[in-house]
Amino acid sequence: MIELLYVLAGIVLAVVALTTFADATHPRRIWTGSFWMLFALTFVLGGRVPPQFVGAGVVAMAAIAGFGGVRSAAHGDNEATRRAGAARLGPRIFVPALAISVVTLLYTVFMHDAFVGLGIGCIVAWAIALVMTRDTPMQSMREARRLLDALGWAALLPQMLAMLGLVFAAAGVGKAVAAVATAYVDVHSPLIAVLVFAGGMALFTAIMGNAFAAFPIMAGGVGLPVLVGVQHGDPAVVAAIGMFSGYCGTLVTPMAANFNVVPSALLELDDTYAVIKAQLGTAIPLWVCNVILLLVLLHR
Amino acid sequence: MIHGVSLLPLIGIGVLIGGFLLRLNPMLVVLAGTLATGIAAHFDAGHLLAAIGSGFVETRNLSLVLVLPLAVVALLERHGLREAAQRIIAAIPGASVARLLVTYLGVREVTAALGLSALFGQAVTVRPWFAPMAQAAAERDRAPSEEEKQRLRAQCAAADNVGLFFGEDIFVAFGAVALMHEVLKSLGYDIAPMRIALWAIPTALCAFVIHAVRVIRFARRLQGRA
Repeated sequence: MIELLYVLAGIVLAVVALTTFADATHPRRIWTGSFWMLFALTFVLGGRVPPQFVGAGVVAMAAIAGFGGVRSAAHGDNEATRRAGAARLGPRIFVPALAISVVTLLYTVFMHDAFVGLGIGCIVAWAIALVMTRDTPMQSMREARRLLDALGWAALLPQMLAMLGLVFAAAGVGKAVAAVATAYVDVHSPLIAVLVFAGGMALFTAIMGNAFAAFPIMAGGVGLPVLVGVQHGDPAVVAAIGMFSGYCGTLVTPMAANFNVVPSALLELDDTYAVIKAQLGTAIPLWVCNVILLLVLLHR
Repeated sequence: MIHGVSLLPLIGIGVLIGGFLLRLNPMLVVLAGTLATGIAAHFDAGHLLAAIGSGFVETRNLSLVLVLPLAVVALLERHGLREAAQRIIAAIPGASVARLLVTYLGVREVTAALGLSALFGQAVTVRPWFAPMAQAAAERDRAPSEEEKQRLRAQCAAADNVGLFFGEDIFVAFGAVALMHEVLKSLGYDIAPMRIALWAIPTALCAFVIHAVRVIRFARRLQGRA
């Protein structure tokens, strides 16, 4: 099922690529179209061709995007359509938007697969939206292109970073970070051990963009051997609050692109790091709270 | 070398930090970091490309959840979804930026704690209706400047992230709790997932209080009543 959804996403991206190629007014139509077409091909051919080919495509996409090859077309403002739609449909326009959430939720609860659930939710919502707005599938592709243009290369960034995390793991980066983090820990000072554990979780999460990658290393390196093994703390407290210390790192890193960088593009913010700046003032005091909670709750 | 572990792969992290600090294009930074890591780990060209390719193929679900909702949301925006969201806020007496953001934060956190994290999201709710609603609420008092509007939208994205992150670990069946359970078990500690989820609650409460206070202060500044 998930493979079918990948093909569907590939088709959307391919249509975006083809309409970009055909857009004579576009400032960089060949490079931008190639970017979206390569992205489409990774979805459609991903599991079917040797990984070296996909890797070469990824390097090409990153290079096109990195050197400014991905530009937006000039999308006219359709204020009249929007006002007419809001007047005609009113709050009913929320039905397809909420259908995505509800179908995803139901599918996740009963079938335990959120990704497939979201995909099916989108198909259902898309069908409702087409009927309700009396618009054509092609028009919906034009609108999809408008939003993807607004995102630009940021659309690719979450997947690039997840890929980097896997390359890190294959190259032994986690082991090296754990060796550095644990080399100089004074195992008998609770404060120092807690600071190294909570700080390591935040720092390593910020670097990897993902607390799930940091947790096994920091829990195995400091959390359990020192806080539980030497100091007899409660392992459930170490795990739960340690993971949250990592999430404080997630709030402030561009490496967590799907949470911090993509929304900047989605919300059309001039500053790529505006969301991180909005979160910094929460992340720092919350991290301090985690350190205090660890010290207090470890030996209740 | 520390304890026989090679530190050479850390070069990739140095490239990333340097690149982000110099504010180079993130795509180039990530590409350079990937290549540096692979070279430092003595991957040959074919091996490195294969590692990049298989890593990319394995993580397609991340882009899937972005591309498919956008196709729907884009069509709805053409027919006035954002305008409809703004009208709803205009029709509610007493709707304010602080109330809207704190309510969203609370609902987002509680639903995530109940395992309903799929109900909301940056592409599914923040862009299509939450940010437009916040903007409509801000415009009640006075017309915000473009810079203020952008900072408000960034606060909307932040409320979604904070609510999600610090709610979902309370849900026992969430992946993070399962991961913690598995890691603890592999290290010889078999702890019930319920206990791990329970000890997430103190931080979850702190997160709500800290962020809600910041949101309220932000809303006050926005309304010029600092």
